[in-house]
Amino acid sequence: MNLLHELKESVLIAWSALRTNKMRSMLTALGIIIGIVTVTLMGSAIAGLNTEFRRMVAGIGADNLYVQRFAWFAGEEPWRQARNRRELTLRDAREVERLSSFAVAVGAEANGNGTVSYQRKQAKGVWVAANTENSATIRGLSLSAGRWLSESDVQSARPVCVIGSYLVERFFPYGGAVGSRIKLNDMPFEVIGVLEKQGSSFGNNPDDQIVIPVTRFTREFTRWPDVSIVVKIRNLQELDDAKEELRGILRKIRRVAPGEKDDFAINQQDALISFFNVIGGSIAAVGLFITGLSLFVGGIGIMNIMFVSVAERTREIGIRKAIGAKRRTILVQFLVEAATITLGAGILGLLIAWPITLVIDHYMAASMPWWLVGIALAVSVLTGVVSGFLPAWRAARMDPVEALRSE
Amino acid sequence: MSLIQIHDLTRRYVMGTETVHALRGVSLSIERGEYLAIMGPSGSGKSTLMNLLGCLDTPSSGYYELNGVNVAHMDDNSLAEIRNREIGFVFQSFNLLPRSDSLHNVELPLIYSGVSASERREKAMQALVNVGLGERTHHKPNELSGGQRQRVAIARALVNNPSIVLADEPTGNLDSRTGEEILGLFETLSRRGNTIIVVTHEEDVAQHARRIIRIRDGLVAADEINPNPRAALRMQEAVK
Ligand SMILES: Nc1ncnc2c1ncn2[C@@H]1O[C@H](COP(=O)(O)OP(=O)(O)OP(=O)(O)O)[C@@H](O)[C@H]1O
Ligand SMILES: [Mg+2]
Repeated sequence: MNLLHELKESVLIAWSALRTNKMRSMLTALGIIIGIVTVTLMGSAIAGLNTEFRRMVAGIGADNLYVQRFAWFAGEEPWRQARNRRELTLRDAREVERLSSFAVAVGAEANGNGTVSYQRKQAKGVWVAANTENSATIRGLSLSAGRWLSESDVQSARPVCVIGSYLVERFFPYGGAVGSRIKLNDMPFEVIGVLEKQGSSFGNNPDDQIVIPVTRFTREFTRWPDVSIVVKIRNLQELDDAKEELRGILRKIRRVAPGEKDDFAINQQDALISFFNVIGGSIAAVGLFITGLSLFVGGIGIMNIMFVSVAERTREIGIRKAIGAKRRTILVQFLVEAATITLGAGILGLLIAWPITLVIDHYMAASMPWWLVGIALAVSVLTGVVSGFLPAWRAARMDPVEALRSE
Repeated sequence: MSLIQIHDLTRRYVMGTETVHALRGVSLSIERGEYLAIMGPSGSGKSTLMNLLGCLDTPSSGYYELNGVNVAHMDDNSLAEIRNREIGFVFQSFNLLPRSDSLHNVELPLIYSGVSASERREKAMQALVNVGLGERTHHKPNELSGGQRQRVAIARALVNNPSIVLADEPTGNLDSRTGEEILGLFETLSRRGNTIIVVTHEEDVAQHARRIIRIRDGLVAADEINPNPRAALRMQEAVK
C-alpha cells in the first residue's frame, strides 16, 4: 500500500473523526489558534520593523561617514571623556572638503527642536535641521518647490529656511509658501524651498522639519556650536581608505600629536545596523520564547485529546489491524488526525491575525509576508505531528487481539 | 500440500505469577476447500486457536505453516500483510466501522492492499451483491439489521479473495433464523470452493460443517468427519 493512498484515506478518517467531535476539536484547537496568532503577530511586527529600519537606513545613506565628538554606541565611559573634547566646526568641515580625495560632498549638520509659527498658527517640537549647501545631496533630499540653501546663505548665516511638507500643509494650505516669512522661535525666516513628502518612519516624521543654515543655527539656537561633519564618499568600496584618509586629515586639522588618541569619532551606518540587529535579535528571542510557550501548551492539549481519541477508538484500531493495517498505517492515521486539527487551527489563527496586523499597521509598521504565512502553517503542522506522535505510537503498537476485545 | 499445517502449537498467558495454558499442544492440518467447525465449551481455547490461525496472535511455541509459509514467528507488519491477503475474519459482534457505510467497510481490505479506487469500488460492490446486499451499499451499520451487518462483514471477509474465512461465533449475536441465513451463506461459499473455519460452542452450528474438531482444555479431543452435514434452511433472499 503506497503512502499517498494511505495519506488520502487518513485525511478522510481524520475528517470524519473530527466532525463527530466538533466541539471537542474546536476547544482543543483553541490553544493552537492562540499560539499561531502570537507567532504571526510577533513575526509581522518584526518583519515590519525590519522594512521600516531598512528604509530609514537607506535614507541616511550607506556611503556617509559622520565625524562627531562621540562614537555611536560606545558606552558611558568614553562618552564622558568625549564631552570634554573640542567641538567640531564648520571650518573643520571646509578643511576636510579641501583636503579629502575620496569625498564627493562634505557638509556640516546639527539638530535641534523649535517652535515654528506663521500668523496665528503655531507648530511646536519641530525638528530643526541645521545644514549646509551640500546637505541635500548628502541626505538624499529633493525639493518640490523653491531652492535649497546656497553657499552664500550658509556663509552669511542668512535667516532663510526650507520646510517640510507637513509644515506647508499646516501653514500654507492654499499655496504660496515660498517667499513667505515664518518665525522659528520668534525669529523671522524666509521660506526659500519646500521638501518633497517622505512619510513617517519609526514614529518620527521627516516632513515635520525646518532646514536652516548651520551657521545661523550655531549663532542663534545653541550655546554649543558643535556640528557633525558628514562626508559622502565616492565609492563604497573605498570606505576603509576614505576613513583612514579622513582620520589623517582630522588629526592634522585638530593638531592631535602623534601617539595621542583621536579626539573625535568617525561613525558610519554599520554601527547602527549592528546595534539594530542586537535589539531585533533580543526582541525575536523573547517573542520566540512566549510563542513557543503558548504552542507548547496548545500541543499538550492536542496530545491529551489524541490519547482520548486513541482510547475511544481502540476497537476501530483492532478492526483495522485485523483487516491488514500495518503499524505505519495506524501511526500515519493518527498523526494526520492531530495535524489536521493543528493545521485547521493554524489557518484560523492566520485568519484572525491578518486583520489585527492591518490594524496594527496604522500605528506602527507591521506586515504579513508570504514566508510568515508559510512558517505559521509549517509550525502548526509540526506541532500536530510532534504532540500527536506519542498517542499515535501507542495506537500503532496495539495488540490486535486485545484491541478487538475492548468495548 | 495442506493449506494449514500446525504442529504442537501452544499459547500461554502469563498473568503476574499465574500462567494460563490456553492451548497445550495442538496439531492439525487443514486442506483447501474444507468447511470445518471448531467446537468446544467456553474457555476451552477456541478463540485462542482462531487468533493463532488468523495470524492475529503468535504462539508461545510450535509450528504454523500457512500456504507453505512459516508464520509462527513473523513480525507485526508481515502478519498484517498475511491477514490482509490470506484471511477473512467474521466476528460474533460484526466489528464493522460504525461511521462508515457498507461499501466503505467492504472496501477497507482493498485500501490496505493498495487497490485503485475504481477497482476497489467495483470489487466491493460485487462482494455486497454476492451476499445479497446490493441495495444497502450506503447504509451505515446502525441502519442495518444484525443479519445484514453480519453479511456486510462476510462481504468484507471475502472481498480480497482470501485463502481462509475464519468465523468466531458468527451466529452468536443473531436469532436462530438469521443465524441459519448466515450458515446458508457459508454453505454456498463452501460449495464455490472457499475454505471456511467456524468456531462455535453450539452443536447445531457445528453440524453444518463437513469436519468437526472438538477442543477441550486446550487440546484436540476429537477430529471427526461429519458424514451428513445439516443443510441450512435456504433463504431465498439470503443468497442471490
Ligand atoms: N488475554 C488473555 N489473558 C489471559 N488469559 C486469557 C486471555 N485470553 C484468553 N485467556 C484464557 O485462555 C483460556 C481460553 O480462552 P478462549 O478465549 O480461547 O476460550 P473460548 O474457547 O473462546 O471460550 P468462549 O467460548 O467463552 O469464547 C481461557 O481460560 C481464558 O481465560
Ligand atoms: Mg471465544
